[in-house]
Amino acid sequence: MSVTEVSNDITDAFPLRRGWQRDLIGVGIIIIAAIAGYFLFPNNLALLTRIIAILLLVLSLDLVTGYCGVATLGHAALFGAGAYAAGIAAVTFGMTEPLSMVAIGALAGAVAGLVSGVVILRGHGLAQLVLSIAVIHLFHEAANKASAYTGGSDGLSGIAPDPILGLFAFDLWGRTAYVFGILLLVIIFAVLRILVRSPFGMLCRGIRQDPVRVSAMGASVKASLIKMYVISGAVAGVGGAFNAVSTQVVGLDSLSFTNSAEALVMLVLGGTGSLYGAFVGTIVFVWFEDIVSAANPFHWLTIVGALLIAVVLFAPKGLYGTAVTLVERYGRGRK
Amino acid sequence: MQVFFSIAVDALAYGMVLFVISIGLSVTMGLMRVVNLAHGAFAMIGGYIASYAARDLGLAYGFAVILAVVGTIIIAIPLERFLYRRIYGAPELTQVLMTIGITFCVIGIANYVFGPTLKTIPLPAELQGPVNLGFRSIAAHKIFAIGCGIAVALGLWYLIERTSFGVKLRASVDNTAMAAALGVRTKIVYAASFALAVGLAAFGGVIGAELLPVEPYYALRYMVTFLVVVSVGGAGSIPGALIACLLLGAIDTTGRYLVPEYGEFFFYLAVIAIVWIFPRGLLGRAK
Repeated sequence: MSVTEVSNDITDAFPLRRGWQRDLIGVGIIIIAAIAGYFLFPNNLALLTRIIAILLLVLSLDLVTGYCGVATLGHAALFGAGAYAAGIAAVTFGMTEPLSMVAIGALAGAVAGLVSGVVILRGHGLAQLVLSIAVIHLFHEAANKASAYTGGSDGLSGIAPDPILGLFAFDLWGRTAYVFGILLLVIIFAVLRILVRSPFGMLCRGIRQDPVRVSAMGASVKASLIKMYVISGAVAGVGGAFNAVSTQVVGLDSLSFTNSAEALVMLVLGGTGSLYGAFVGTIVFVWFEDIVSAANPFHWLTIVGALLIAVVLFAPKGLYGTAVTLVERYGRGRK
Repeated sequence: MQVFFSIAVDALAYGMVLFVISIGLSVTMGLMRVVNLAHGAFAMIGGYIASYAARDLGLAYGFAVILAVVGTIIIAIPLERFLYRRIYGAPELTQVLMTIGITFCVIGIANYVFGPTLKTIPLPAELQGPVNLGFRSIAAHKIFAIGCGIAVALGLWYLIERTSFGVKLRASVDNTAMAAALGVRTKIVYAASFALAVGLAAFGGVIGAELLPVEPYYALRYMVTFLVVVSVGGAGSIPGALIACLLLGAIDTTGRYLVPEYGEFFFYLAVIAIVWIFPRGLLGRAK
């Protein structure tokens, strides 16, 4: 059951020993891009901050879809769980210290990951998709019903995070939130790169390619996948909590099916199974969305649809994967 | 008793509409193994065409239904030829993305052409108002929907079990390569059953317009429901789809009547429970 043949192994093309050098370059590029974004778009930091939060969700989705081959349309459940947990901790229990809010979000995301992982991994193919859809709707309805804690359809507002470490207050322009987000992102990206290159990451990649063979080797397929789901949940939870901290509201749409589907679209647009693709896809998608939907939200939907069809037909490896293939072909041609 | 009766009628009507729309999806999914998330979009296109024909052109209801079915099939044929054929046998993720893309496009275009408002399909005089059954009266269009559902179920049963096309269809579902080797022209069987599925979706979209109102987000809102029905019933199984529709229709309607504040919570809880116990659907066959 190889669900994501879309992502032929991009990383296979590169010798493993050079991997950590590429990761250092990757981290460098993120930091440079972050600094450039800060100075180029000083009035648009809110958008950049939103990109960071969504990016964490898409990275976490890449862990289960790109590395484990689990097709899910319910990943926003993990993100929303983190967002609501951080928000409720701040509003109801008065825990407004941002770092502990993020930690709570990660924990809640991990728990949500465990729950939805156990449910979703029960099925294969269509059943898996349907289970993931049912999970996101259940979370959505539950959050809607528990309006005493979540604010229901009005959303959870009144989150007022303290200054980070008591030093850096959240300002009106979102500078603190932006820098905080970039730091979170760099740390998580570094951890995830180490994770996916670890033996455990390799095992997950093996499961995606051939679960029967992996279990014949003596590894437990299900336990590995659930473990990955929990990790992925923690990452998505951090993203949700960061979103709650930076925007100071949590809306029901963070737990929506649309949010899940969009995350999947971004991931596939960029390319699955490399973590870098998540960056490309999210930035291109959200940026594009910001421009087009300002003009007309329905044209935006048509364009996303056309974009999706085009990606499936012409660039099944996503933007990043296709770019890597082209660069390689060029490199080979020169030799 | 009164409440029970109204729940039962509503559940039956809703379940039958679900059945008419999703049976086509079930057949194509069993036959072509395509996770077609755009199926609801075809039902929506049917609804829009019927609404345009009946309301704006003033045609009779029967004509509007026929026009909707034919029109939707005509729209779907190039899509099958140029887009769907490329994703037969592709991994689920690819199919999901492609068909979600088609759905988004259809929603955007429908909104552009027809605007974001609800579209009604005016019912003929015979289907308006209640019908007195002696002890209770029921809305006529619900009886009509139930009747259509039963007719579709019987018709499909006859088509698949008793005709030579049905034999070829079943053979292709069971083993496409073997059927092709024995001289069944599977490409034509594929195309015919795709057209049948789309036509049924459009038909269901029209007759169910009172229960599932036609608007641009129709395709996305009910897409999940149709997919759930197929998954619960088991792809490719007509009795399975029928049972699933009646069961899910009953659960959804009862939930809406008795605990409306929980929305679709119980519906999805039931879905998880059923799929958990029967991962291949109620009557799905083992791979």
